[in-house]
Amino acid sequence: MAKKQRPTKAQQEYQEFVKTKEPKRSILKNCIWAFFVGGSICALGQIIMTIFIKYFNFNEKTASSPMVAVLIIISSLLTSLGVYDHLAQYAGAGTIVPITGFANTMTSAAIEHRSEGYVLGVGGNMFKLSGSVIVFGVFSAFVVAIIKILLMMLGVI
Amino acid sequence: MLKGKQTWIYESKPVIIASAAVGGPFEAQGPLAEDFDILNEDIWLGQDSFEKAEKVLLEQACSKVIEKSGLDKEAIEFFISGDLLNQITPSSFAARTLQIPYFGIYGACSSSMEGLALASLIINSKAANYVIAGASSHNASAEKQFRYPTEYGGQKPPTAQWTVTGAGTALLGQRGVGPKVTSATIGKIVDSGLSDPFNLGGAMAPAAVDTILAHFREREIEPSYYDLILTGDLGEIGHSVALELLQKGGLDINDDIFKDCGLLIYSKDQKVFAGASGCASSATVTYGHLLNRMGKGELNKILVVATGALLSPISYQQKESIPCIAHGVSIEM
Repeated sequence: MAKKQRPTKAQQEYQEFVKTKEPKRSILKNCIWAFFVGGSICALGQIIMTIFIKYFNFNEKTASSPMVAVLIIISSLLTSLGVYDHLAQYAGAGTIVPITGFANTMTSAAIEHRSEGYVLGVGGNMFKLSGSVIVFGVFSAFVVAIIKILLMMLGVI
Repeated sequence: MLKGKQTWIYESKPVIIASAAVGGPFEAQGPLAEDFDILNEDIWLGQDSFEKAEKVLLEQACSKVIEKSGLDKEAIEFFISGDLLNQITPSSFAARTLQIPYFGIYGACSSSMEGLALASLIINSKAANYVIAGASSHNASAEKQFRYPTEYGGQKPPTAQWTVTGAGTALLGQRGVGPKVTSATIGKIVDSGLSDPFNLGGAMAPAAVDTILAHFREREIEPSYYDLILTGDLGEIGHSVALELLQKGGLDINDDIFKDCGLLIYSKDQKVFAGASGCASSATVTYGHLLNRMGKGELNKILVVATGALLSPISYQQKESIPCIAHGVSIEM
């Protein structure tokens, strides 16, 4: 990765000057929004899960898969209807939560690149934003698994 | 002709015979809606991609300016245009439709005034009788190229700006009735070391200041010479930074005569964060609103300084700072 160039003294002075002019993002307001929107999404997931367990003969383990599918469908629909990005402007980290946030990155990239065709456009760009989540997600899982195996071999767990 | 190091004085005073501004539905809700010649209701403009839609915006602005001038298309010798997309395809593709000998330029959002300065130079040197200068930008195609997919749910900071969907053109001639282009100051690259693509106004302000100071120094005039001095798309942060730097630089200038096109085009109710940006910000406001006001006699002398951030999506991912530029053109009745 390229290193950031060192700013000169005049540049540093200017950068500090610009900072004083930049409106500050309200961390508290962002946190409250993120907490309630993110929390609501999770609560919705729980409600869907309970419905699957209660009315569709699923148990706690098997109900998570259809719940995930329903959330993905809802998030993709909201993205396609142009609602999700507006909600995210307020919710910030609240809408980045896994499942819905992930579905949003894939759907938005797929819509954006539809004009370049299905293969090179939709297929080639769908993972543009979410690709690194998968790469580092799988890699972290691999590292954790190795640690677990080592600990088991040593007889710790 | 050349005065000082970077200022051109156009002795023959090229005339802006006609100008045109084209916008989209969001611009139609703004306070300058009346000044647009064409306002499209759909951001797709009936096309199947945003890139094609931007090309159509530019084509509309070109045919409108030719129509308003009353000239035959064959009479126009050159077309100079720029935009924000890779390989400036909207400009080149519109030039393909127009079939007028063409110069494609890239100065990011400064392309509008870069084009006007060069077009005036061509007219001034008698290398042509009629030249069209134009520039375009499209909100969705610019977002797609420089940022994230439009529907991606990422939170934008308050320093972000909203790219204008539109195109502006001016048709210049040797003589005729209309405002005249009197001088231009070509900017040099100024890099303040900022690398945040969500605060371009802050990054571009020093470039605007550098060009404006050079303009007054080399033309040996005072800011009060102009009725208005406008920057292209500095937005709220860049505008207040630039004003303070200009005052520090010794210019007698204030909020009343120093404005920003990016703060004029949208109303306070339109959520555009720090203001508007894009080639079309300076192009549509200048070629629509400002020239209309000059025509009505409300303004006599203006200086438009279009600012450009010369970054690419790759350059900022590689942690490069953002080089910026500004070109100033003076228009007088």
